[in-house]
Amino acid sequence: MSRLNSLDAQSIPAEDEALRAVVRKFLADTVKNIPPHIRARSWAGYSPEFSRQLGQQGWLGITLPKAYGGGGRSAYARYVLVEEFLNFGAPVGSHWIADRQSGPLILKYGTEAQKIRYLPAICQGNAFFCIGMSEPNSGSDLASVRTHATRNEDGWLLNGQKIWTTNAHHCHFMIALVRTSGEATDRQKGLSQLIVDLSLPGITIRPITDLSGDSHFCEVFFDNVQLSPDALIGAEGDGWDQVIAELAFERSGPERLYSSIVLFDEWLAYIRTPQGHTPQAQRLAGKIVSQLAPLRAMSIAITEQLVRGESPVIEAALVKDLGTGVEQYIPSAIADDLYSRNSSEIPLELLRTLNYVTQVAPSYSLRGGTRDILRGMIARGLGLR
Amino acid sequence: MSNLFTDALRQILADHCSTDVVRQIEIQPDPHTLWDQLDESGFANVLLAESNGGAGLSLRELFPLLELCGQYALPLPFGETIMGRALLSAANINCPKGLISLSQARMVNGVMQCNAVRGGSVSQHVLVCFDGEIRLLSSLQAQRTPDIWSMDATLMWSHEQWKQAPIISSAGNLLEIQAAVCSAYISGALTHVLDTTLQYAGERRQFGQPIAKFQAIQHQLSVMAEHCFAARMAAQMCFQVQQLPLEPLRVAVAKARTSEAALEVASLSHSVHGAIGFTAEYDLQIYTRRLHAWRQTAGSESYWHDVAGAYVTHSKDTSLDILRSATDFITT
Repeated sequence: MSRLNSLDAQSIPAEDEALRAVVRKFLADTVKNIPPHIRARSWAGYSPEFSRQLGQQGWLGITLPKAYGGGGRSAYARYVLVEEFLNFGAPVGSHWIADRQSGPLILKYGTEAQKIRYLPAICQGNAFFCIGMSEPNSGSDLASVRTHATRNEDGWLLNGQKIWTTNAHHCHFMIALVRTSGEATDRQKGLSQLIVDLSLPGITIRPITDLSGDSHFCEVFFDNVQLSPDALIGAEGDGWDQVIAELAFERSGPERLYSSIVLFDEWLAYIRTPQGHTPQAQRLAGKIVSQLAPLRAMSIAITEQLVRGESPVIEAALVKDLGTGVEQYIPSAIADDLYSRNSSEIPLELLRTLNYVTQVAPSYSLRGGTRDILRGMIARGLGLR
Repeated sequence: MSNLFTDALRQILADHCSTDVVRQIEIQPDPHTLWDQLDESGFANVLLAESNGGAGLSLRELFPLLELCGQYALPLPFGETIMGRALLSAANINCPKGLISLSQARMVNGVMQCNAVRGGSVSQHVLVCFDGEIRLLSSLQAQRTPDIWSMDATLMWSHEQWKQAPIISSAGNLLEIQAAVCSAYISGALTHVLDTTLQYAGERRQFGQPIAKFQAIQHQLSVMAEHCFAARMAAQMCFQVQQLPLEPLRVAVAKARTSEAALEVASLSHSVHGAIGFTAEYDLQIYTRRLHAWRQTAGSESYWHDVAGAYVTHSKDTSLDILRSATDFITT
């Protein structure tokens, strides 16, 4: 617990907070005509055009150095931007992974040539990335991946299959965790990360239809895909450590708190009306806010550690497990509140938003690591493993 | 600087507030030996200005000291006394000797009654809030009935005594102050309960191995850690100010979240401990009974959910802006 206790309340620096008004005005203009039940898609919402608009504003890759087209700002600047995007329900899905993970990964581990090739394109909204981790028999047990790349004269020959890859069908590149030496039984040893150009021959991408009728997840097949030598990112055999270091970025951000926030705001608007207001609803609103507020403070405290160059993986797992719990509680509790009344009076758009979020809420606690995996990581952090 | 204070208070509590001392005071509510040590240390005056014999600490710096009181299950209303002295000093009233409890009162047949005052058996004074007015009353002059929880007592004063007691005009909201103090106590006690439970799970062997090796136990401990972490942040947030008054929304978040965590963590810790945790001899109960007691002091989670909810529904802000007003601190 001593390590967790070192996380103290932090403030977002004023220069980063100053971004908020600017981005808020931009979003008010650009997303105002999108109805709430569509904005409720949050970071699953998808619009390449919108992403390029953000690129023009200088809001993609804001933490990357200016020399590579980035904003040269801190993780706090990105925190403010992302918080606003999510709260407006802006369609950020196209650039989401590139901006959050792939850009920083390439900056940290990439060669100069890789940085020059990919980072400016990420910042312009012209290079969208997905992450190839899970395989049909390697989900939570990620170290058992079997997709493999073999060195040959022309670089790397890639064979295998990834699954549950978010947005692969809309992306230009995948950063894949693959085996470059040894056997599946070697576990974490012999894994490397490769940048795969998804337009190459031998790649087949099949979207998987989810329970709501959308298709965010994909299956991706690699059949003798020839990659150039510079597809390797970082050191050969260091793939596992590189992936683990990314997890703190992936698990502690505002997207682990705000997945149901469009619904929450729609419902708040209703319970603020004379018809919608009840003491029960007011208490529920207070409960949700009092659970979200400390989580936001925790998420910001972790951002402070990221700014300092630390990798608070355990703390991030903790925030994700708690945060997705609240995200899932919001639709279930709002549904109970609304249907404890005469349901014919529920505003139709609120109902649509609720119905959408209710369907997709199970995904909150499986994307980026299931509850049980996260609790296992926390247990490790507590010294139990 | 606050580290010096924290280390000094930790040393005093380690030396003079062992669980044996806590047990002794629970059996025989005589605070004197322990209180004398604390009184002598000057910690009761930490919020007072240096010119007034204090240390001029901010509430931000006070937070870790209150957490320590929770970590050591300090059986005296010490945080309440620190806050009470700050209120009295701000109202230019001389701080009386002895411990001060905080309480809400009701009038019953002309008698001013405070039910189950926390620390009412060990404090010499009570800051009593009735009908929006706060007065300083003597516990020693009250009709005192001990509670089930032996340090607490129900106190009654005649209407005369109430009218003669000094009014604390500058005082803030007594319930908010007490809620904030309890949230810090809970935060400290949660940390201790988690540590104790981790240690027990590592030592207790069943089926040939420490029970901490079982995934079911590990996940219970992980959930405990999550609650401790979130509750600590919630409590810390409401102390991110220089001095009184506190922000009502932050107090609501702090007391609501710590109270929720108190319930969960107390329950999980007993679950992991099994029967031994239910014995008087084992220390866990000293903390888990307090977690329940502090949850039940100055408003439970639902009380403060109502307060936060009223703020939310009367506001026109988006939920993000409401969360920002609860979590954005001005660093000084």
